[in-house]
Amino acid sequence: MAETSRASEPSRLREGLRAYLLISAMWIRSLMAYRVSFAMTAFGNFAVTAFDFAAILLMFSQVDRLGGYSLSEIAFLYGVSCTAFGFADLAMGSMDRLGRRVRDGTLDTLLVRPAPVIAQVAADRFGLHRIGRLTQGSLVLVYALVAADVDWTPLKAAMVPLMLLCGAAIFAALFVAGGAFQFLAQDAAEVQNAFTYGGTTLLQYPPTVFAKDLVRGVTFILPLAFVNWLPALYVLGRPYPLDLPEWVAFTPPAVAAACLGLAGLVWRSGLRSYRSTGS
Amino acid sequence: MHVRTGRFRLYAAVAQSAFRRYATYRIATAAGVFTNTVFGLILAYTYIALWDERPGLGGYDQAQAVTYVWLGQALLTVMALMGGGFEAELIERIRTGDIAVDLYRPADLQAWWLATDAGRGLFQLLGRGVAPMAVGALVFDLALPTEPLRWLAFAVAVALGVLVSFAIRFLVALSAFWLMDGAGVTQVAMLAGTFFSGMLLPLNVFPGVLGEIARALPWSALLQLPADVFLGTVGGADLLGTYAFQLGWAVALFAAGRLLQAVATRRVVVQGG
Repeated sequence: MAETSRASEPSRLREGLRAYLLISAMWIRSLMAYRVSFAMTAFGNFAVTAFDFAAILLMFSQVDRLGGYSLSEIAFLYGVSCTAFGFADLAMGSMDRLGRRVRDGTLDTLLVRPAPVIAQVAADRFGLHRIGRLTQGSLVLVYALVAADVDWTPLKAAMVPLMLLCGAAIFAALFVAGGAFQFLAQDAAEVQNAFTYGGTTLLQYPPTVFAKDLVRGVTFILPLAFVNWLPALYVLGRPYPLDLPEWVAFTPPAVAAACLGLAGLVWRSGLRSYRSTGS
Repeated sequence: MHVRTGRFRLYAAVAQSAFRRYATYRIATAAGVFTNTVFGLILAYTYIALWDERPGLGGYDQAQAVTYVWLGQALLTVMALMGGGFEAELIERIRTGDIAVDLYRPADLQAWWLATDAGRGLFQLLGRGVAPMAVGALVFDLALPTEPLRWLAFAVAVALGVLVSFAIRFLVALSAFWLMDGAGVTQVAMLAGTFFSGMLLPLNVFPGVLGEIARALPWSALLQLPADVFLGTVGGADLLGTYAFQLGWAVALFAAGRLLQAVATRRVVVQGG
């Protein structure tokens, strides 16, 4: 269902992107009707996500190293994780509203509109205030880039934008897969938070902090380690977890592409399995 | 006398129906438990790394520190530290003007919402508090109280914490009489609650003056103090001091709520509803 047009793939993509931009622009206009409220929620988003870093700073008020890493090194991991997640959250964070739409039957409205459903769901109530998280993550990243003791090479410098791009793609795939899961689970929208928000929190700390099995899980099963751990440890010149070879630092593009592909498949099967509540 | 028991039965019924209302969403509760557990796992490892570096930090040993993490996850929704209580609903009623109907009812506004919040808190404690704690106890070595009296003392501290939490959020909700859109104030209250309750890190780990300020503010009654009672770092005469601190803030904030309610109600009447 929802295959409203039989157009070729590239034009469908363009059509989806256009719908996404139009719908988000509409929500931004509506947000701007209450400017003070928007400023406050954007600041709130900035501050509440900055608390994660505040917790790290509070820890470093008591210690010089955590899991063998210095503050600037952890700030680097944190900055990459938060900025990459910030992009994905800004673009796709509305996916967690899908469960509600399935429950109250308003998803049906989206199905009959001549635009890809995923674009409509992702832009639904587009939350520009999420720019707060992105800003906060970028500030910490800039601090880390200035403060961290790194022997910069052109390759290492190129790794930074690459990590942000691939990390955002991996997190976006998580949001899409989480959205697909809500076709089945409706009320269980919060499970998605464990992987998205939980994932970015996990990646703020070095892998040496966590149990081996947990690190294995987020490397081989849910490939979060490719967002920042593996490429960032290459930049920092730190040993990899699990004795992985050095070239894994350069695999994030492939991993991100695979994640997006898989998420697309999961989304399609989720959408196909959708049965309206009829109300 | 008769009126009095009738009142009590009314509020008990309100609390009971709030409990049932939250208990209805079983899948959502299970999902919440799952998320709390995942966050508990992640945070527990970071605390272990911190206490590895500085054993005995803040007067906790490592087992107590890890237990603190799971207490935080267990009490997060009970104390509505990140929102999710009655306040969104009350703000909406104020914004739409439905509040006028509520004020006609032969029940006190503050007591009514307190009853709903008590029912909600009790459900969250049982439904969302117990399971993550049990998982935590399976994975880590926790410092659980062995004497039954300390569990009881903890229950009292949690109940007093819910009173303080309610009183703060009641003030937040009433601000909608003046601001109409409560999103900003709710957000600020949530920030203060997260930071000063000890949700980020135990308040006894906060450095210097910041720690002293944080421990004197009402939010410490929501997580830090119940946790200290649970972990046994306060007991005996200190326990009474802890209760007095919680009760003192509860009374002060309830009084402020009543005052604000009186001013706000007069405003509604002036507006003509």
